[in-house]
Amino acid sequence: MKIPLSYIFRNLWTRKLTTLLTAGGMALVVFVFAAVLMLDAGLQKTLVSTGSRDNAILLRQSSQTEIQSAVYRDQASLLETMREVARGADGTPLVSKETLVLTQIPKRGSDKPQNVVVRGLGPLGIELRPQVRIIDGRWFHAGTSEIVVGRSISEGFEGVAIGQRLRFAQREWTVVGTFDGGKSGFDSEIWGDVEQMMQAFRRTAYSSVIVRLIERSELTRLQDDIKGDQRLILDVKREPEFYAEQSRTLSTFISILGLTLSIIFSIGAMIGAMITMYAAVANRTTEIGTLRALGFRRSSILVAFLLESVLLAIVGGAAGLILASFLQAFTITTMNWQSFSQLAFGFDLTLHIVAVTLVFSIVMGLVGGFLPSVRAARLEIVDSLRAA
Amino acid sequence: MVSITHLSKSYRRGDQVVPVLRDITLAIPAGDFIALMGPSGSGKSTLLNLIAGIDKPDSGELLVHGEDITRLGEADLADWRAANVGFIFQFYNLMPVLDAFENVELPLLLTPLSRRDRRERVETALSLVGLADRMEHYPNELSGGQQQRVAIARALITDPAIIVADEPTGDLDRKSAEEILGLLRRLNAEMGKTIIMVTHDGHAVESARHVTHLEKGELILG
Amino acid sequence: MYYLKLIFKNIFRHKLRSLLTMVGLVVAILAFGLLQTVVNAWYAGADMASANRLVTRNATSLVFSLPAYYRERIKAIEGVTAVAVSNWFGGIYKDQSFQNFFATFAVDHDVFFDLYPEFKVKPDELLAFKKDQRGCMVGRLIADQHGFKVGDVIPMTSPIYGGGTWEFTVRGIYEPKDETTVTRQMYFHWDYLNEQMKKRFPKRAESAGVFIVQIADGSRAAEISQAIDKEFRNSLAETLTETEKAFSLGFVAQTEAIVTAVKIVSFVVIVIIFAVVANTMAMTARERLAEYATLKALGFSPGFVASLIFGESVLISALGGAAGILLTFPIAAGFKSAMGSMFPVFYVTGATVAMQVAASLAVGVLAGIAPSIRAANVRIVDGLRYAG
Repeated sequence: MKIPLSYIFRNLWTRKLTTLLTAGGMALVVFVFAAVLMLDAGLQKTLVSTGSRDNAILLRQSSQTEIQSAVYRDQASLLETMREVARGADGTPLVSKETLVLTQIPKRGSDKPQNVVVRGLGPLGIELRPQVRIIDGRWFHAGTSEIVVGRSISEGFEGVAIGQRLRFAQREWTVVGTFDGGKSGFDSEIWGDVEQMMQAFRRTAYSSVIVRLIERSELTRLQDDIKGDQRLILDVKREPEFYAEQSRTLSTFISILGLTLSIIFSIGAMIGAMITMYAAVANRTTEIGTLRALGFRRSSILVAFLLESVLLAIVGGAAGLILASFLQAFTITTMNWQSFSQLAFGFDLTLHIVAVTLVFSIVMGLVGGFLPSVRAARLEIVDSLRAA
Repeated sequence: MVSITHLSKSYRRGDQVVPVLRDITLAIPAGDFIALMGPSGSGKSTLLNLIAGIDKPDSGELLVHGEDITRLGEADLADWRAANVGFIFQFYNLMPVLDAFENVELPLLLTPLSRRDRRERVETALSLVGLADRMEHYPNELSGGQQQRVAIARALITDPAIIVADEPTGDLDRKSAEEILGLLRRLNAEMGKTIIMVTHDGHAVESARHVTHLEKGELILG
Repeated sequence: MYYLKLIFKNIFRHKLRSLLTMVGLVVAILAFGLLQTVVNAWYAGADMASANRLVTRNATSLVFSLPAYYRERIKAIEGVTAVAVSNWFGGIYKDQSFQNFFATFAVDHDVFFDLYPEFKVKPDELLAFKKDQRGCMVGRLIADQHGFKVGDVIPMTSPIYGGGTWEFTVRGIYEPKDETTVTRQMYFHWDYLNEQMKKRFPKRAESAGVFIVQIADGSRAAEISQAIDKEFRNSLAETLTETEKAFSLGFVAQTEAIVTAVKIVSFVVIVIIFAVVANTMAMTARERLAEYATLKALGFSPGFVASLIFGESVLISALGGAAGILLTFPIAAGFKSAMGSMFPVFYVTGATVAMQVAASLAVGVLAGIAPSIRAANVRIVDGLRYAG
């Protein structure tokens, strides 16, 4: 294509209003598209970072969530004896028996209570989550009605500051600290002593058991051993994978809804590009004829106009991406349907998303500009020179 | 240089076939400066288009410098034009978004010349038409006469065999028209360029060596 | 009238451009209408709620059950006319995909349908249901979706209650009273569930998920709710009673973030199409400057000239918008059947149509302002210079 790029650039620059409006429309579409991808990536990131590859989580068979599961005390004790379980310096098996319940707390700025996960665990449980650390106050003391709240809870909900008390299960619980869950699902939880929780909620069974594997590869062996034992009707999963599964419904919903919307919107933007490019061809008919007379081929004309359309789309796409990148400052808290509790997650802009978004923009430019470019290429020299 | 034998061309309008050129036979020697005249609808512009290779006749032979261009396919014809034809239009037909330099450079982009060689030639061509100091001006910053001079520089840049001009002075005032015609005369006299010009302008005719009249698609000898 | 015809003809001077603009409008207004309908559908369950029904659940958390014998004590409270237990069964039919999902509840078979007059049942089918402990009643939506007929056996599994495959015989299909009635639930005998629990997990027997409480006088809802909760204060399981509407809204509120996002996005599409129409009108006006100058030279007022292009903008938007509104209805119907039981109540409201009309007009008006000002202000001399 021998037509100079400066010809293409400057034609966009000359018609500033049109270029602005057309690229602007595309920028909005790209914004929505990128936002959806970023939201889904943020959701995945939050859940995947919940949990460590060194840990396995055990639940009652075919429970999809910890809330639905029940692991009896005798089963939990049996698990402590399994050979794949790592032991601490003093020989204690690194097994955390945990109980999960839901309680309702009003969100900040509203009086509508929302479901929040309360996790009862012991000091071993905290040890098994090295990515979690206290950022304000301290951990709760075992055997007390003290609780600590995750960062998203402390930021998004009422009445959970240090020193304040929450009332649930007919008891008052004092908040003694705030913890950072490492941008994982734990940020949306409240933690307290497991035995106290079990008593208050009159539970006789734990919800789940988390174990540290002696080696990451031991998971399969553990799964086989559990399958072989009649008393242990449990599912064993690697912790991050379990949490990733938890978000599947929400993630699928976000993806489908978002992508459908983006495609529909892109039709609008592509129509905008088409209108603009048809006008460009109509206004430059004499130029096209002149270029052809001078010896430029039809294919060069086609490519030149296609490039103009693609360039327009890339400008719009870049603008939309930049706008979308500001979303990274926001967090969304909504209900994760599978676990039935509130989950906070943010927008994550990855290099992959940038690449996919740019490709999306380019495709919009190509599709929108295609027919007008073909029309430009198909003009007969004599006709286009005559049209002054 | 240009040898036309029994050339005919007609246009379709709906189901009607309108003949524009009927059986034209004409020879234009190399180095000639010929003016084509005739009333509106006489077919003079069509004849010019056929000679320039931007339109194809229905029948007949058209040899330019020995080559029968009626036999060339579209792509070959485009290449042929790039090397052999220089165009001058009534409304200059410059690219508004390119400056004078870039406009003149355009035809050279179809050649394998290096950037430096191109620059040299463009500067030479613009000096020839007296616009060396206006290289970076855009068409909307130039007067009509200046724009036409840029167009002439563009027409010369590939050193073509023939120069076709369609009403080159049609949009110019008296003074500018004179300048342009003077330029064309020089190109013909000093550089030996073969020029075929369609015109209504009486003064323009005076600059040419020969005049040919067309009426209703036929040559009137005179 | 001549004036209108003039504007109309102007639109079709440039057929392709006008057509493309209108197609863009159709897509945008259609998308806008669908999204608003989705938002409305989200809150649909709450709409079906009756003012005469309360929901009593465990005050600690929805996840916890209540003793089934509360039934009699609630019934004894003044103002209460009927009480039915309802347990969320969480049944899985065939697989866990969206398409195959529908809600399943174990209910008190003898009174449940008395509490829900919105469900129209055939007396003989209801009788058959009551007689068969393993019988079930399915809603019209589910019956249509999966082809269930009276007499069919539906096999299901339950991650909550375990126990392999449960089989239920369809004894009746209940029909919706009106558009707001949700018919994507399947109801079976609580007695059957309880009996199985007694056999397999005795500790989990005699548990109710929630109680549906019918009261005689809807205006006394708050008072009676408090009376019920007072009855069980300081007992093993405290209760929280609220109107059915509040209960449903409670669920929806938890996904508020998503609904808000969808609402915002639905307006983004209007902005996109505004950019497209504004661009079209700007280009059109620019191309016609010579005409406007000529008209002014002939003596037409600037106002008249402005109104030509303004009228064209409004008319194009009105035509495209109208087509989009008309298409919304069939597309919404198609969407509803494609989404399975996800949106059991899905119809286009009058308010949505009003918003679509408003959006179309807004786009037409706003897109027409700048070009019409330009047309009105064109200096005759400048405008005429534009010509050839």
